Parts: sequence; C-alpha cells; structure tokens
Amino acid sequence: MNILSLFPAVPLLMMLGLWVSRNTKQIHAVMVAGSSLLLGLAIALVFIFLGMRADGQTAEMLLTDSFMWYRPLNIEYAVGVDGISVAMILLSAIIVFTGTFASWKMKDGVKEFFMWFCLLSVGVFGFFISVDLFTMFMFYEVALIPMYLLIGVWGTGRKEYSAMKLTLMLMGGSALILIGILGIYFGSGATTMNLNEIAALHNIPVEMQRIWFPIVFIGFGVLGALFPFHTWSPDGHASAPTAVSMLHAGVLMKLGGYGCFRIAMYLLPEAAQELSWIFIILTTISVVYGAFSACVQTDLKYINAYSSVSHCGLVLFAILMMNTTAATGAVLQMLSHGLMTALFFALIGMIYGRTHTRDIRELNGLMKIMPFLSVCYVIAGLANLGLPGLSGFVAEMTIFNGAFMVNDTFHRVVTIIACTSIVITAVYILRLVGKILYGTCTNPEHLKLTDATWDERLAVIVLIVAIAGLGLSPLWMSDMISESVLPIISHILN
Amino acid sequence: MEYTILILLLPFLSFLLIGLLDSRLKPGAAGTFGTVVTGIVAALSYWTAFSYFGGGRNAEGLFPTMIPWNAEWLPFGGNLHIDLGILLDPISVMMLVVISTVSFMVHIYSFGYMKGERGFQRYYAFLSLFTMSMLGLVVATNIFQMYIFWELVGVSSYLLIGFYYTKKEAIAASKKAFIVTRFADLGFLIGILIYGFYTGSFSFTPDSAVIGSAKVFLPIALGLMFIGGAGKSAMFPLHIWLPDAMEGPTPVSALIHAATMVVAGVYLVARMFPLFIGYAPEVLHITAYVGAFTALYAAVVACVQSDIKRVLAFSTISQIGFMIVSLGVCTSADPHEGGLGYMASMFHLFTHAMFKALLFLGAGCIIHAVHSNEMSAMGGLRKYMPVTHITFLVACLAIAGIWPLSGFFSKDEILAACFGFSPVMGWVMTFIAGLTAFYMFRLYYCIFWGKENKELHAEHTPHEAPLTMTIPLIFLAVVTLFAGWIPFGEFVSSNGQAYHIHIDWAVAATSLCVAAAGIAIATWMYLREDRKVADGLAAKFSGLHKAAYHRFYIDEIYQFVTHRIIFACISTPIAWFDRHVVDGFMNMLAWLSNQCSWLIKGMQSGNVQKYGIWFLGGALGLTVILLLI
Repeated sequence: MNILSLFPAVPLLMMLGLWVSRNTKQIHAVMVAGSSLLLGLAIALVFIFLGMRADGQTAEMLLTDSFMWYRPLNIEYAVGVDGISVAMILLSAIIVFTGTFASWKMKDGVKEFFMWFCLLSVGVFGFFISVDLFTMFMFYEVALIPMYLLIGVWGTGRKEYSAMKLTLMLMGGSALILIGILGIYFGSGATTMNLNEIAALHNIPVEMQRIWFPIVFIGFGVLGALFPFHTWSPDGHASAPTAVSMLHAGVLMKLGGYGCFRIAMYLLPEAAQELSWIFIILTTISVVYGAFSACVQTDLKYINAYSSVSHCGLVLFAILMMNTTAATGAVLQMLSHGLMTALFFALIGMIYGRTHTRDIRELNGLMKIMPFLSVCYVIAGLANLGLPGLSGFVAEMTIFNGAFMVNDTFHRVVTIIACTSIVITAVYILRLVGKILYGTCTNPEHLKLTDATWDERLAVIVLIVAIAGLGLSPLWMSDMISESVLPIISHILN
Repeated sequence: MEYTILILLLPFLSFLLIGLLDSRLKPGAAGTFGTVVTGIVAALSYWTAFSYFGGGRNAEGLFPTMIPWNAEWLPFGGNLHIDLGILLDPISVMMLVVISTVSFMVHIYSFGYMKGERGFQRYYAFLSLFTMSMLGLVVATNIFQMYIFWELVGVSSYLLIGFYYTKKEAIAASKKAFIVTRFADLGFLIGILIYGFYTGSFSFTPDSAVIGSAKVFLPIALGLMFIGGAGKSAMFPLHIWLPDAMEGPTPVSALIHAATMVVAGVYLVARMFPLFIGYAPEVLHITAYVGAFTALYAAVVACVQSDIKRVLAFSTISQIGFMIVSLGVCTSADPHEGGLGYMASMFHLFTHAMFKALLFLGAGCIIHAVHSNEMSAMGGLRKYMPVTHITFLVACLAIAGIWPLSGFFSKDEILAACFGFSPVMGWVMTFIAGLTAFYMFRLYYCIFWGKENKELHAEHTPHEAPLTMTIPLIFLAVVTLFAGWIPFGEFVSSNGQAYHIHIDWAVAATSLCVAAAGIAIATWMYLREDRKVADGLAAKFSGLHKAAYHRFYIDEIYQFVTHRIIFACISTPIAWFDRHVVDGFMNMLAWLSNQCSWLIKGMQSGNVQKYGIWFLGGALGLTVILLLI
C-alpha cells in the first residue's frame, strides 16, 4: 500500500478505535496513538520525499498511485505528492497532534467529538494527497460537514447561528467548485480527472476559462477568507471549540489557498493571467482590511479571526503574483499562518477555559497569574507580526520580495499597500498583549487561576518549536517548496 | 578569524539558557552567567579589533574587508537571497568594541541596580538577546541581514522598555517604541525591496554595472532606508518614542537608548555611505538637514525638562543629530576634500557611546539613591555621592566639548566638517553645541549643587552606589578622559585610507568659547540655591517654556492621528462595515431564502383541493405556453 493512503486511513482506523473504546482513558489512548502515528508518518514522508528528490526523481508528483472507482466519469482515486502537499500534510499532522492535546479536558461527548474530529482529518489529508479533481472535491466535502456538528454541538456562544453560517457559506463555495471542476473536465475534453493530465492537455478554450476561473477561484476563495466572502470566519472561529478552531484556521483555510493555486490557476492559466488583477485588488483589500478590523475588536477570537483574514489574504495575494518566489512565499505563509494561528487558538482556548471570558476589556495582568501561557502568547504575537527567527518573517519576506519582482506600477502599488500590514499587525498585537497580559490583575476571581498543565504545555511547545524551526532554518523547506512551485508557475506562464 | 562567530553565538546561547531556565536559575547565577558571557564576547571583540587593525593595510592602503562567515539562509530566486554572516571592516570592528564594552559595563552595573528585582533572570536573558542582535546588526554582510537584526534589536528594546510590565507607563512606552520604529521600518523594508530589485542583490557593494541602470531608483531606495534609520535613531518627527522609552530600567537606557541601538541609523547611513556619495548625494544632504533640525529641536527641549532621564534622552537625540549631520555634510569620499564628516561621525559615535552610557549609569546611581527621576528631588548630592559626582562631571564636560576630553575631539571634527559644507550649517551646529553645554550643566547643577531637598532626604539619606555600580562608572570615565587621543582617523575614514586628525584651531577656539559660554550661563543661572534668573525667564516666556516642556506637542499630534484618525476614522468604520454591510448582505441572503420558502410553503399544504387547483392551473398554464410557441 502506498504510504500516502495511510494518511486518510489512519484517522478512519482511529474512528473505529474510538467507536469501540469505553472510557475517556481509552479514547485518549486511541487519539494519542493515532495522532502520533500521523505525525510520525508525516515526518517520514518529508524524508522519503526529499530522499526521492535527492535520488534524482524529477517527476512533478511522486509516490503516485491510482485506481478507477467510477468509470462513467473517469473518476479515479489518484494520489501523489509534491513539495507543496508534503508541506501541507506535515502542517496538518502537527495540528491534529496538538489539537488532540488541546482538547484533553473535554468533558461532554468526548467520543463523538473525537470521531468527528477524525473524520475532519480524513477529509483534510485526503484532499492534500489527491490529484484527481473529483476525489479531491469529495474529500473537501468530507472535511466540511463535520465542522457543522463540531461547532453546533460543542461550540460556545451563538453556536447554532455560527455553525449554520459557516457551513452554508462554505457549501456555497463548494457548489461553485463543483460547477467549476465539471466545467474544467468537460471543457478540456479529457478522459481523466487527473489534474496533472488535464494540465498537460492544456486545451480548455480561453472563453470557457474566463467563466470557470472566477467560479473556481471564488469557490476556494471563500474558504481562504477572500474579501468579501470572509464573514463566516469571525463568527465561526469565535463559536468553535478550541481544537476545531485550530484545525479550521490552521489547516482547513489552507485548502482554499491550495485549491486556488492547484486547480484554479494551474488548470486555467490564460484566464488566471487575464483576470488576476480583479483578485489582486480583492486580496489586497483582505490584507489591509482584516488588519484594520482586528485593531478594534474586543473578543480575542475575533482579533485572531480578522488577523487570519489578513494573513490568508496574503497567501492568495502571493499566488496571484505568478512567480516562483511569491508562490513559494504563499506556501510558506500557509505553513506559518497555520502553525501560528493554531497556537493562538490553542492559547485562547486555554485562557478562556480558565477565565470564562474572551473579552479583552475584562482581562488584565495575566502574565503574573499564568506566566507560561502568557509568554507563549507573546511569542505567538511576535510570530504574527513577523519577528525574524519565527516563521512569519520568512513567509512574509518571501512574499514581498516575490511580489516586488513583478515589474509594473499596479503590482508595485498593491505590494506596498500589502506591506503596510506589517505595521497594522504590530498595532493590534501589541495592543492586545499590553491589555490582557501586562498590567496588574484587577479581577480577584482571576488571581486564583493556575498556569498550563502538562497536556497544554505539550501542545503549545510542539507548535512553538515548529514555528521557531521554520523561522530559524527556512532553507530546506523553502527549497522543497520552490522546486515544486516552479513547474506549476511555468505552466501558468506558458 | 573564524572565532568571530562566537561573538554572536555566545550571547544567543546565553539568551536561550537563561530564558528557558528562567526562575529555575538563581538570580545570582543568571546574572553571573550573562556577565561572564558578555565579558568573553568583549574580550573576543577586543582581540578581533587588535588582530584586524594589527593585520595592517593591504597594497591599496586599506584595511581589507573580511568575511569569515557567510551562509545562505533564505533564497528568493534569481540572485536574491538572504545570507547570514560576519563582515569585518573598520566600522564594524569599531562597533564591536563599542557594543561589547558598553554591554559588559551594563551587565556588571545591573548587578547592583537590579538587585532584588522580580524578573532578574528575565532581565539578563533580554540583555543577552539584545547584545546578540546588536552585534549581528553591525557585522551584517548584507542589507537584509541588517534588517533581520534590526527587527531583533527592536523587539529586545520593546521587551526591555516593558520590563516593569505591571506599570502602565512602561507598557505604553514599549508599545509606542515598537510601533513607531515599525512604521519607520516599513520604509526601510520597501527601500530594501527596491534596492534588491534594481541592483540585483542585497550586498552593500553591488555591481557597479548594474547600478548604472538603476540610477533613478537608488536615491529613492536609499532615502527610504534612511526613514528606517531615522526611526531607530529617533530623528524628528520619529523621535517621540525615545523619551518615553526611559520607562525601562536605567541600565537599559544606557545600553540601548543611548549608546548602541539608537545609533543604528547612523551606522546604516555610514554602511551605505559609498552608495550615498556615489549615487545620491542630494539624499545625503537631506539627511543633514533632518539631523540638524533634530539636533536643534532636541537641544531646546532638553533645556526645560525636569526629569533627568528625559534630559538625557533629548540630549541623546540631539547628539545623534550631530552624527547624522556630520555624515550628511560629506560631499566626497575623500576625507581631505569634503569627506571628513564620515570619520567625525564615527568618532563621535564612539566617544558619545562612552560618555552617554556614563551619564545614564550615573543617573541610575542618582535615581537609586533618591528614588525619583525628578530633579526637584535632587540637589546638593555632591556630598553624598562623590564618585558619581566626579564621573558625571567628566561626562558633562565631555559632552559639552571641553578640551582635553573625548567629546571635544569628535565634536571639533564634526564642526569642522559642517563649516566645510556651509558656514550656516557650521554656525547652527556651533550654536547647538553651546546649547548642549548649557543644558548639561543645568542638569549637573540641579543634581549636585543647589538646594537640597531636605524633606525627602530626611527620611532617606542618599548614599553612594555599591561597587558593582561605581566600577563601570570609573571605567567609562577613564575611557572618556582619554578616548580623544585615539588616532581615530588612522582606523576609520571615508575612503579607508589613513587620515591624520588635525585640530582645526579656528573652529576649536570658537566651539570652546561657545561651550564655555553655555557653561557660564548655566552656572550663573543654576549654581545658586535660588534660581531667580531661570524662574524669571520661564515666567517671562511662559508660552515658549510650556511648549518646550511639552515637547512642542508632537506627542499630542501623534495621539490625535492614531486615536482620532486611525482608530476612530479607519478601523472602527471598517469593523462596522464588515459586521453590518458585508456580513449583513450575507445575512440578508439567508433571510431572503427563508422568506421565499415561506411563500412557497403554502403550495405544499397537504390539502387535496389546493393540490387540485395548482394541478389544473399548472396544466392550463403549460398549455397556453405551448400554444403560444
């Protein structure tokens, strides 16, 4: 069996294990074993992939495998990875692992919660390993549906409303995607849904591309928090339980960027070049608009959700620049944002679990009460505002440099506008840190609270190590990604 | 010279170790560890300087530029990549010496000053982080490495200003410092992007053939980079963070906000000097005007401040203005013909680092003794703190530019360079030098002479600081006494050739007279216990006095822009727009579909008669349509 198929298979087995487990202890055992296995597999996959590349295997997709499962439409279960998907799989595995520990203290419906959580990971992993349009779409749907239940049942606040809104908006997006991929399939006249083969055919008429490109791009863009289709994000994140927020902002939103790049732009290159300016404007708005909105929010999760709008906007912004550097930066930013935002949501969840409020006006002086969590919060904040040595800097600098390489006034102007986000980010992060962590605690209730427990520390430390690792030595990751970005970009440009 | 990597690695390891162990380490152990590491770094820096300058000049009469370490860190495709490495040339070696010396002194001093503070370990960890970042900044092999460490010094400064994180003012000050410098760094970043794009590399010495085609953009890039430099070096109007940064512990002010980090902007301009001179001399002259205005503005404000650290902060701003002016007035790379300012600026950077650190550390001793920053709590302290008094006096004389202290020599070179540029610039800077003498001696008299604050001293007699604090003072005072005799031009000059410093006695005589006049006026106004003249003047020009005391309301303007405009007029409307318009539209869609389903719902009532009507109506309708078509 191909190692790739293990990624969706393991969570399925975990679901089975969860189903038969009888108490919380067994559930935890299954989850820890499964998620560690996934993390181990993901790390092994990185090494296998790099090893194969070092052996001189230059095919675009490695570890490919396929079998037909619906002949009338030529739908195959086809898998394969390049550097981009390997990076995303690693990211997903890290977040599933840490998400497990971040929901260690869950009380109600633990079994069901983790089962849905595993199903969500099946979808995520399946999406990243697939190279067949329809199979990809199917996994995409598998990842979306559990979200509704996870937020609606285990969420907080206006959970039903948020769950409904999130699911409906994302479903709207996936309807567009479905139309788009069918359009691509029939337009190209291919006898396969394999996206590399469709790309190689390269015979979708430009008039049709002009229709399908915006549809697919917006379809995935909804998940990638593209302005003005981002409004599910603040409400959805605010209501979701910790681990779901982590997985959603950390991984699921990356499905959007990944799909925009791999499907919309790769398969519809001419239209992408023609129409990119519209989306460049929208993403530039996302970047600045999200950052400005974050400045005045009072709910910790809203701040982070808007910050995600801004940072994910940068991902889409970068891929639209259509050069290798910027696209590499986009993938680095997906990784970096995934890790960072997962760390943020984990910490917010831990703080909320103690103080029962996320309103920054009610929180202050946490540094003295929970030093570990607070210091980690500061680190997450610094990563978010792009401090060198942490992952955000690497990604942002690659994006800005890449974007600046496009030599015309329009791109220059939007790049400079996007650059201003580094200042606005500093404003909201420092405002937040100053308000909730520093100062003296005035709420007597909060004085009794305790710092992080071992499970929480583990989750947080793993994420920080990953962030610092990417930030300190980005070379190998950046090389692995740019190598895989190159064929896609050169396909788009020719 | 491969060992130079240790100069960066040791403080970094020290940061990691102290930072990670934190409270598991005893305060004493953390402090000792940090100090020993910094001591080793200082020794290594001295050794580097010794062997570098001892290595002699090459055939062209230059000290060779060495790059003992360089590794690719992040590629951007094409020729662009960020390297991390170590570059040794006269100015970077000079900076190594300055930074490691002051840092070492501050480490020792902090033992006494920070004794018993909560977070002692954290303090030392941050000091190590800062030392590492600052050293990395000066040895950068390319502009992007400089930017990386530039950001890191920014964040260490943020962390250290906010060291007393329960104090409201400290939180606000740290935030302000970071955001203002970040804003300036935006300019720096865009400058780097332009520079990288048009010269095809981030190197300080790009291919001259490539530059030829980028002539139009290079001045823009350099100008934008200067904005970054102006932010860190507190040039008007980006200076507002520095006075507030005094909320940090005093040794931190001495290290970061007086001697090292704030001169990063000067260092940046010096680093890019060949490009400035070669391709953008007009931008260089603009920096001179910015520097001169800043120097004047800060000197005026320093004359009326009442908090000793603020006086010193404005004096720092003013002195950095001198350094920038000195670089800006250069008209060629030859020190004999208009390039003197480069050497003068670096020389002043060196001497200023020593005596300004001394002043701040002295101020720390005083604050330690009287538990207040306000001058009103001081007065007559010379009896209680003889060592502090003498060393402080040495520093004051040096900054005022009195022969034979170090400040005299470097300031004289600066003034000579200014006179060489234009007489107006020369006289303006001479006048500011006079103001410097005046406000420093005002400060000096108010602290050590004048009326003693008996009520305050009755409950707490001021006392001399412990040895850990006075030894650095004495060391720095000795350096300040003799540093002027260093033949600085032999090591550092604008074109790298040896330059023999000669005192321009016409300029020296003028500046000495002006300085003496400044001191005399200060003596006349502030030596006695009652300060009729000073109070009279303040009353007479109360408008001006008040404006200067409030720093000409620049902070208020910033407050207005950030709160009233950015927060109230941009962020809040955007957030509202998002919730009510964008999201409202989505909710409206949901509401519409709900309404539609209410409308259609009536058709499925379960009532057979209704179904019949719908059936007949539908059949009829279809028939009509078919007939019409």
